[in-house]
Amino acid sequence: MKIFVVQPGLLTTVQDLGRHGFQRFGVPVSGCVDPRSAIIANILVGNPDNAAVLECTLSGPTLQLEHDSVIAITGANLSPTLDGENVPLYQAIFARAGQTIRFGPVQYGCRAYLAFAGGIDVPEVMQSRSTFLRAEIGGFQGRKLRAGDQLLLKKGGSLPSHLEKRSLWPEYQPQEIFSLRVVMGPQEGVFTSQGTGTFLGDIYTVSNQFDRMGCRLLGGYIEHRGSCDIISDGIAFGAVQVPASGQPIIMLADRQTTGGYTKIAAVISADFRLLGQLKMSDRIRFEQTTIQEAQEAFIAQRKALHWLRHSLND
Amino acid sequence: MEFEIKCAGDSAAVVIFGDKISPEINQKVCLFQAALERDPIEGVTETVPAYCSLMVCYNPEIILWEEMYRRLSYVGTGLISGGFSPGRLWEIPVWYGGEAGPDLSAVAQFHGLSPEEVIQIHTSRDYLVYMLGFLPGFPYLGGMDQRIAAPRLDTPRVSIPAGSVGIAGAQTGVYPIASPGGWRLIGRTPIRFYDPERSQPFLAQAGDHIRFYEIDRRTFLKMEEQTNHLLCQRCGEQEAL
Repeated sequence: MKIFVVQPGLLTTVQDLGRHGFQRFGVPVSGCVDPRSAIIANILVGNPDNAAVLECTLSGPTLQLEHDSVIAITGANLSPTLDGENVPLYQAIFARAGQTIRFGPVQYGCRAYLAFAGGIDVPEVMQSRSTFLRAEIGGFQGRKLRAGDQLLLKKGGSLPSHLEKRSLWPEYQPQEIFSLRVVMGPQEGVFTSQGTGTFLGDIYTVSNQFDRMGCRLLGGYIEHRGSCDIISDGIAFGAVQVPASGQPIIMLADRQTTGGYTKIAAVISADFRLLGQLKMSDRIRFEQTTIQEAQEAFIAQRKALHWLRHSLND
Repeated sequence: MEFEIKCAGDSAAVVIFGDKISPEINQKVCLFQAALERDPIEGVTETVPAYCSLMVCYNPEIILWEEMYRRLSYVGTGLISGGFSPGRLWEIPVWYGGEAGPDLSAVAQFHGLSPEEVIQIHTSRDYLVYMLGFLPGFPYLGGMDQRIAAPRLDTPRVSIPAGSVGIAGAQTGVYPIASPGGWRLIGRTPIRFYDPERSQPFLAQAGDHIRFYEIDRRTFLKMEEQTNHLLCQRCGEQEAL
């Protein structure tokens, strides 16, 4: 089972749900920046949640299939086509050997997830198939895809049937202003009340510096009480760092394991589906929530995904 | 043991033992981590030690914040710091100077020392691994003698070979993989602090100690030829302190 990379796109990498358990050795988690979209793509094609998918950024790849496969595309709408025919998002599709998947202009979002039945077969490195670009670990030879690469697919069981039923409404909707819920801390105490007020009141714009590591925002100056540096500590996915510039940076999948900037808050897991799709010029607002509400929202999302898998496989 | 527990988002807690870089505080971090490994809390996915805090990542589907807070408090109250060090000692051979350490003479000149004196000072202490970070397997080492402290290069090198031993300010460290960097390079070790092909990809971990010793170019080249497996045996494991 092979896929031939005709054009690689801007930044197309193999990712699963991340490399967990190695942050203590300085290895970032990596994995899909919008894990929920990747999981849904996997569910639609009958894969386990953690199967490796392609994360396609803004300008997607052109791929030719050498064998029949079932595919699904979720997350950003990058105008995917199959032999020139529009491909609906959030729908399992039968793709025949020799057919070409191509992506076009960005309709909305930043990252599209392309899952193949069986999952992409690359060697596991430290128990994960995710690509970590900076250290060239995992994924396809530790790097983004290039023209001429050949990806292998794992041989799954039988391909899923009744594909017309394996379909959902795309859930991501472009918005004028994205509202990201945050849990405050761990260093919320080092900011002045005015600084915290600005953080929670202002509208921030995504700068041109946004990648898999972090997303730099521009907006109201967030004031520190004293020093803006701390002794380096661990950084969670979604942590909002505020360096001396007073401009926040949201940390994403390829974030370093530890860092010395103060963290005013962290975006809640239930909103990673929005966070992972932010791109330049998108406007956002931070909305404070409690840890209890954040965890309830996450658990509700997970339950909905379990239910989806269950209902499709019945 | 005194500590504070805070939220770091909805899937991690951070246990804070102090706010300065000291071996005593870092030892508490390592003891707490060791306690969590001996007696795991269901739902904890991984722990990330830093200078004076431990991040505990967990899955809220399995354990919620209140319960995590309660369990972590309980782990901490049973711990007594001081005395015992859970770490290991790694003896690391280094070829100092020459093409392996292009900045050795600059560091020496900076302090009016001879290169030999810099080597003597650098090899005369055991360095505590406070934590790993920055790059996979990069150890943040503490306790370097101020007499060989040196500022970073004005212009970082585009690529530093794996195994390079450097100085930046009052810190010393070893580059686990080839990388750009601004540290002053004084030598190179044939030991790989990170090797994805090894069954244990990482050598040191937080709480270990590192002792450097000098080897010549010939020994370096010979050791580099050997397999990493053999190198690890040569490197050895001992109880620290």
